[in-house]
Amino acid sequence: MKVEQISIFLENRAGRLEEVTRILAEENISIRALSLADTSDFGILRLILSDHERAKKALKDNGFTVGRTAVVAVEVPDKPGGLHSILKLLSGNGINVEYMYAFVHQSAETAIIIFRFDRTDQAIEVLQENNLTIVPGSRLYNL
Amino acid sequence: MIFDVANETMPREELEALQLRRLQALVHRVYANVPFYKKAFDNVGIKPEDIKKLSDVKYLPFTEKQDMRNHYPYGLFAVPKDNIVRIHASSGTTGKSTVVGYTKRDVEIWGQLMARSFMASGATPKDIVHNAYGYGLFTGGLGAHYGGETLGCTVIPISGGATKRQVALLRDFGASVICCTPSYFLHLYEAALESGIDFKELPLRIGIFGAEPWSEEMRRDIESRTGITAIDIYGLSEIMGPGVGIECETAQNGLHIMEDHFLAEIIDPITGEPLPPGETGELVITTLTKEGQPLIRYRTRDITKLNITPCRCGRTLARMHRVMGRSDDMLIIRGVNVFPSQIESILIETDGLSPHYQLLIKREGTLDSLEVQVEVDEKIFSDEVKKLQQLEAKIQKNIKEFLGVTAVVKLVEPRAIQRSEGKAKRILDMR
Repeated sequence: MKVEQISIFLENRAGRLEEVTRILAEENISIRALSLADTSDFGILRLILSDHERAKKALKDNGFTVGRTAVVAVEVPDKPGGLHSILKLLSGNGINVEYMYAFVHQSAETAIIIFRFDRTDQAIEVLQENNLTIVPGSRLYNL
Repeated sequence: MIFDVANETMPREELEALQLRRLQALVHRVYANVPFYKKAFDNVGIKPEDIKKLSDVKYLPFTEKQDMRNHYPYGLFAVPKDNIVRIHASSGTTGKSTVVGYTKRDVEIWGQLMARSFMASGATPKDIVHNAYGYGLFTGGLGAHYGGETLGCTVIPISGGATKRQVALLRDFGASVICCTPSYFLHLYEAALESGIDFKELPLRIGIFGAEPWSEEMRRDIESRTGITAIDIYGLSEIMGPGVGIECETAQNGLHIMEDHFLAEIIDPITGEPLPPGETGELVITTLTKEGQPLIRYRTRDITKLNITPCRCGRTLARMHRVMGRSDDMLIIRGVNVFPSQIESILIETDGLSPHYQLLIKREGTLDSLEVQVEVDEKIFSDEVKKLQQLEAKIQKNIKEFLGVTAVVKLVEPRAIQRSEGKAKRILDMR
């Protein structure tokens, strides 16, 4: 039920982000979702892509440090309180969110939230027990 | 194994008697043949016959790098130019290059001392030596070359550069010994991994690394990653080239100085006073047997200490601690003495960080600032900002704790720091 995400270390220098998107474009890889965390001197770009294997290789060949993380994609009704109910459930079970980012799928009435949990497996159990929709990688990569 | 048992295991009393005889002959020789030394001796009022015991060496004047530059190119030669068979010179990046002339006998002795060095590292005549030290005016290439041949090894004179080809030849020729700078070795190792070659699967078993300061932690890192025995070698072109001192594989604990040919002293770099064995200071060397261009009390600027206790390998030659820094590239940051090698030790001890780092020193107003740039590799990378920030903070804390200096630690992308095929350039001093 986990989704693969790759993360890339970026120095805060003009053109570094563009370099990543150029490589992905040349490899004909689609970006499904992304988030960029930044500090004063570096950033971490997190991406969900149509093809992680190829992306990872192309980025590494171009000298980038690339990491791989298991994250969880959860479908949330796109209405007030939708996200809150999920977070309440998780915090009630003592699960921490390390970071998260969201996107709204254009054809759907739901938003998809990408979560990085401190305890991923427990988080999945809790979500499943409460009948929340976890989006599998196979669906996400091909959106 | 010891190449020259008689000279490398001589009882210290006998060794010191030999050193005194050679020193006495030397001072007479330079006084008669090198006007610079006659003048320098006269200036301090010392005559060659005043040297009656070994410790009298302290009355002799120092020779500095600047003296060699002032007499560029041939002014310090002690023999007619006809007797000089080889010239080496430093690169001259920090001024006029220093030129050194060797007689035929000087070159032969150098070969002998390098043969001793190879054997001390664990090499035998059966070994194949991949010599990636630069050939040419730089002493590393030819020094190691003649030493390997003197021992009877097969020497591959690859020199520096063309890293991809080096990796292919390392594999194809099956070298068992490699000579280069430790930073270039890591560069080769990375390049090999990229081509799918793991050094652990090659016959390579010994690395003889020198020409730049490196740390004990870097040794452990190299040894565990590549499976070789990493040996520190010491030398300087002004004295001879590589082979002035080398670690033995038996102890890997200090570099045996070829004391039958070089008289080593440790002095306080500020006052110039001699320091007793065990104290840390600047290494000063007198070349006891050199003919072409002997030097009296040459100030190496290298900071180290000497250990004269016997070594388990059987050699009686004193051991110098690996070079801890240079008295002239010792950084003084807000009044604190910092050697780049100390920072390197801290980085490697902090969760096995990549040893590619660079120090940036700036002056902001009247205050110095130190920035330590460290490359992020996959081992330490995390997708969580806080973990990387914790790592920066941890390095900063360790530097503060061990060196008493506040540094800004900045993580940079892999390969952001320029790779060098020779000496690694660790310091960017912008003050």
